[in-house]
Amino acid sequence: MIDWHHENGALGVEAVGLTMRFGSFTALDAVSIRIRPGSFHALLGENGAGKSTFVKCLMGFYQASDGDILVGGHEVHMTHPRVAQGLGLGMVYQHFTLVPSLTGAENLVISRGDVPMRIDWARENRDLRAFMARMPFTAPLDTPVADLSAGEKQKLEILKQLYLGHRFLVLDEPTSVLTPQEATEILSHVRALTQAGEITVLMITHKFREVTEFADEVTVLRNGIHAGHGRVGDLSHADMARMMIGERQSQPIPDRAGTPGATVLSLHDIRALDRSGLREIAIRDLKVRAGEIVGIAGISGNGQSDLMEILTGQRSLLSGEMRVHDTPYHARRPEAQRLKVRYLPEEPLHNACAPRMSVADNLALRSFDDGRGIWLDRAGIAARAKTRIAEFDIKTRSPEAPVRALSGGNVQRTALARELTGDVDLLIVANPCFGLDFAATEAIHDRIMAARNSGTAVLMISEDLDELLKLADRIIVMAEGTLVHETPAASADLAMLGQYMSGHA
Amino acid sequence: MSADIGLWGVPLAILAGAIRVSIPFLFVALGECLTERSGRINLGLEGTLVFGAMAGYAISYETGNPFVGVAGAALAGSLFGLFHGWICKFRGVNDIAMGIAMMLLGLGLAFYFGKGYIQPVAPDLPAIPLGNWSDIPQIRAALQINILFFVGAGLALAMWWMFRQTRVGLVIRVVGDSADAARAMGMNIDRVRLLATAAGGALTGVGGAYLSLAYPGSWNEGISSGQGLMAVALVIFARWSPIACFWAALLFGGAGALGPALQSVGVSDGYYLFYAAPYVLTLALLILTSSPERALRGAPGELSITK
Repeated sequence: MIDWHHENGALGVEAVGLTMRFGSFTALDAVSIRIRPGSFHALLGENGAGKSTFVKCLMGFYQASDGDILVGGHEVHMTHPRVAQGLGLGMVYQHFTLVPSLTGAENLVISRGDVPMRIDWARENRDLRAFMARMPFTAPLDTPVADLSAGEKQKLEILKQLYLGHRFLVLDEPTSVLTPQEATEILSHVRALTQAGEITVLMITHKFREVTEFADEVTVLRNGIHAGHGRVGDLSHADMARMMIGERQSQPIPDRAGTPGATVLSLHDIRALDRSGLREIAIRDLKVRAGEIVGIAGISGNGQSDLMEILTGQRSLLSGEMRVHDTPYHARRPEAQRLKVRYLPEEPLHNACAPRMSVADNLALRSFDDGRGIWLDRAGIAARAKTRIAEFDIKTRSPEAPVRALSGGNVQRTALARELTGDVDLLIVANPCFGLDFAATEAIHDRIMAARNSGTAVLMISEDLDELLKLADRIIVMAEGTLVHETPAASADLAMLGQYMSGHA
Repeated sequence: MSADIGLWGVPLAILAGAIRVSIPFLFVALGECLTERSGRINLGLEGTLVFGAMAGYAISYETGNPFVGVAGAALAGSLFGLFHGWICKFRGVNDIAMGIAMMLLGLGLAFYFGKGYIQPVAPDLPAIPLGNWSDIPQIRAALQINILFFVGAGLALAMWWMFRQTRVGLVIRVVGDSADAARAMGMNIDRVRLLATAAGGALTGVGGAYLSLAYPGSWNEGISSGQGLMAVALVIFARWSPIACFWAALLFGGAGALGPALQSVGVSDGYYLFYAAPYVLTLALLILTSSPERALRGAPGELSITK
């Protein structure tokens, strides 16, 4: 029998045979997990493995179809998120839930249930400073949250949970928007809090490194069932991967072939304003050659999306020049067609597809106006769509289904199928695998590598450093609107990259 | 008696006019600011304004008390706001389209019920004579400042204070900036927006009552010259700050007073072009303060026009 309350306040939670059915679909099938008070427990699994369903049942967003939840050793009925909060359970979401225009202090105070009608800021500020002084880390309180870095926001999210007195925290992929240094810093603090017995943590993650470095125990879910559990020290990365992916064969990335050829894309002394109009984006010199993948690394919000908009012609330039095949390039449609430039922007459903139009029509967006007069070649569009769907393994009810009805991975495949059809000299991609599961990511990576090997110049902007280390030939770090560091991917040093990404190098 | 102050009459008339003309702008803008800060837009305020003018005038005439008229106009305005807020909470209702429908409804109802009040004369709202220290009649006239001006200025300050220092203010800002965060905190988003829209309508109703009970001071169907619509642009220009709304309203009021001021000193050619100044100003400000490349800073994140 274990003690469900740590003397310093950490709370233990147990799920017994938790089952969640949506109609005939079973998202979670009799999952039992015991999270001891004061432990740092990792929950591993692919997208769709049931991690978020499990957590939502725990936090009262869903009511489990079957099974029990015990908090502090007592069975509870999680009928509403407020029940969970009242018991001391808190959650830090993957997407920030702080209010952007409010300051840190305002965010903390308003999240409390018992705010008085008139807020006595002198007293609240005094209390907040006293609270901060007790914490192992702090975050700015007087700046609007919109102006904080991702790391500061994440710290503030965690501080908010502690401020609210929650003693059991669920962290949903807490490091997905952080630099390696920020991730390490924050997780170390969280670990220290668990070791002190102040809180218990259940962390949803994809990253094995975080599990081995910070967690005590790990539970793996696969297709809604409990696929494995153990103490972190007893499991290797290979063990965890096997539990997570099962017996499925994962295909290795195709080997690199060929050597880089002539320069395809060159940016020279580019200057432009970013979206807020307050900061300048300055790219002094960037070249991408045929048959190489150049990766742009950086933490989100350092000008990568502005760079993408410059490359797609959505942002006007203050000065400088883009050239493709040594001719001036302004990203207009005829130019892109003539010079064989293709794009895969992030969130393709919104940025590269017409969501309500069919898969077939979306596949034809690049080519529907080739030649012929005012009539569309319907038969040709349908025939080509069929070929593409088979070739790129797009899972859709029919070519006529709207593209927004597809899963994220299949939307990405649809966009990629369109962009990689025909001769492609230059492919520009941004965060191609954001939110995709293991299998879909693998397939997209294969396609990009195959394009490189066939002589396409690839510029890949990505916030996922692992992805860049795997695919890119050269990695260039972008920070605060400029390119600050370049290194061959083969000899890249993770710590060094992280320093440049955070602007402290 | 006629102490000639010459061309000094122009700035004086503009100042006096700015204060007089700004009051309806101020009330509508404060109302719209409150509504938009909660994440909802109400384009129907032009209709609410005209209905408020009619209701205020009619009630003032029937009761003989202009303050009862103002209260009645506020009540009528809040009913329009409640209706708009209630309809907009349903899924799939577009608050912009609904606002335009509400504008037409407000205008139609005001004209229908107001037919009988075009002739009668209702008691006006009092002005405070702040210029009695001076012997110059123009100054005495210019400093006859309506009581609602002070109420509006006080409201702007109070709203600024509310957004920073009270629970209600923070809740409105949370709901307007991030519905997800509001939901996570267990706030009732629909109710907050409903009440903010109703309060915004009430303020607009007061602005309407000023039109018919103070300046120009009578009820007719052409009483509003689009203040209810221009106030929407004014709120964007003021970046959703109540204090900035006050100064922006004065600026718009000054532009509106330009034509009459020039006419009063005897400029007879082309002065009517200056009657268009508020509309030109609206257009110019919106163009100058917008950008195809930059996001609007300060805009509530949940607003349908900025999303």
